[in-house]
Amino acid sequence: MTEDARVTWLYAVTAGRDERGAPPDLTGVSDEPVRLVENAGLAAVVGSVPLADFGEEPLRAHLEDLPWLERAARAHHRVIGRAAGYGQVIPLRFATIYHDDDRVRTMLRERRDDLTATLARVAGRTEWGVKAYVDPRAFLPDPADDEASGDDSPGTAYLLRRRAQRDDKETAHLRATERAEEVHTALTALAAASAAHPPQDARLAAYEGWMVLNNSYLVPDDRTEEFTAAVTGLGERYPDFDLEVSGPWPPYSFTAPPEAEEAL
Amino acid sequence: MSQGADWNVPSRRMGGPPEPASRESASLADILERVLDKGIVIAGDIQINLLDIELLTIKIRLLIASVDRAKEMGIDWWEHDPTLSSGARDVLDENERLRRRVGELESGPGADREPERDQGHERGRGRGREDGP
Repeated sequence: MTEDARVTWLYAVTAGRDERGAPPDLTGVSDEPVRLVENAGLAAVVGSVPLADFGEEPLRAHLEDLPWLERAARAHHRVIGRAAGYGQVIPLRFATIYHDDDRVRTMLRERRDDLTATLARVAGRTEWGVKAYVDPRAFLPDPADDEASGDDSPGTAYLLRRRAQRDDKETAHLRATERAEEVHTALTALAAASAAHPPQDARLAAYEGWMVLNNSYLVPDDRTEEFTAAVTGLGERYPDFDLEVSGPWPPYSFTAPPEAEEAL
Repeated sequence: MSQGADWNVPSRRMGGPPEPASRESASLADILERVLDKGIVIAGDIQINLLDIELLTIKIRLLIASVDRAKEMGIDWWEHDPTLSSGARDVLDENERLRRRVGELESGPGADREPERDQGHERGRGRGREDGP
C-alpha cells in the first residue's frame, strides 16, 4: 500500500439507481466525493477515503477524538440523509470500510436477499425520535411525609432526612418511569415498530433533569400527522413531561436484523 | 418515503418551557447514538469495535464529567443506574456507619471525646444538641 492508498467507506445501501447516479456535489467523512457502487440491483453509497486516516490504527485514534468523531459522524449522517432524499436507504453503521469497490460489489451480491428484504420492510415508513425530559422535583412525594419524628436527635434526624431524600428520588424516578411507559404505550399503538435508546449523557445532550424516555418509532408515512399530534396531546395531558420529537430520520434504528440485535 | 427532500432532522418540543436556543437542528447525541449504535452492521474489511469507542468516549468519559455537574444540581440518579449501583451501596454502608457513630456520641458520656470542654465553663451547653435548630 502506498501512502495515498484509499479504501472504500460505505454510507448506505439503496435500490439500484440506474441512470440517476449519486446525489450531486455531496462529500463525505474525508471531504471526498460521494459516489455509487452498483451490483445485484442494489447500490452502495460510498466514498474513497485515505488509508492513512481510515486504517484500523489511525481510525481507532481518531474515534477517541470527540471533535473528529463529531465531524465524521455528522458527515456520515449528512450523506445518508441526502441519499434518503433520492430513495429508500438502509443506513450503514459508522466505520464500515472495504479495501476496494470490488469487495463492496461482492458484499452486495452475497447479501442481496436480506438487503432487499430490509429495504422492503422500511419502505413507506419513517423513523421518529421521541424523548421525555422531567424535572425530578415534579415527581417527588409530598414533603409532609418526609418529616422525621420529633423524638430524634439532630444527628439522627439529619441522617434520616438524607435517607428520605434518597428514597424520595428513587420514588420520583419510579413515578416518572411509569409515566414514560404510558407515553411509550400510546405511541407504540401508532408505530410499526419501536426501539429504545439509553438515556443520553446530560453533558453531551445539554439537558437538565432526567431523560426518562429516548425511543425511536418507525411510523407509516400516512400516520405521520397522527403520530406527531399524539405526541402533542400527550405533552398537554402530562404537563410535567417535556416531550421532544426529532425526525424524520433515515431508518437507523430499524434496519438491523433481529438476530443482530439479540447478539448485543 | 413521503418527505422527498433532504432530511435535515429538526427537533421540536411539545409543551413545556421553551427550549434553549443552543440546540442544533440534529443534536450530536442523537446522531452518535444512531450512527455508532444503530444502522445495519455489515462486516467490512477493516474491523473497528465501535462498542469500545462508544463506552469509552460517550458513556464513561462524559458520564464522569457529568457527575460533578449533576451533584451540583442535587441529582444522584446514577445511584439508580444498575451499571453504577455499587456506589449507592457504598453510600448506604457509610450512612449506616455514620449513624452508629453519631449514636455512640449522643448516648455515651462523651467527655473523653471532647477534651477542650473539660474546663467546665461550657458545661451549660452540654453537647449542644438541645440547642440545635
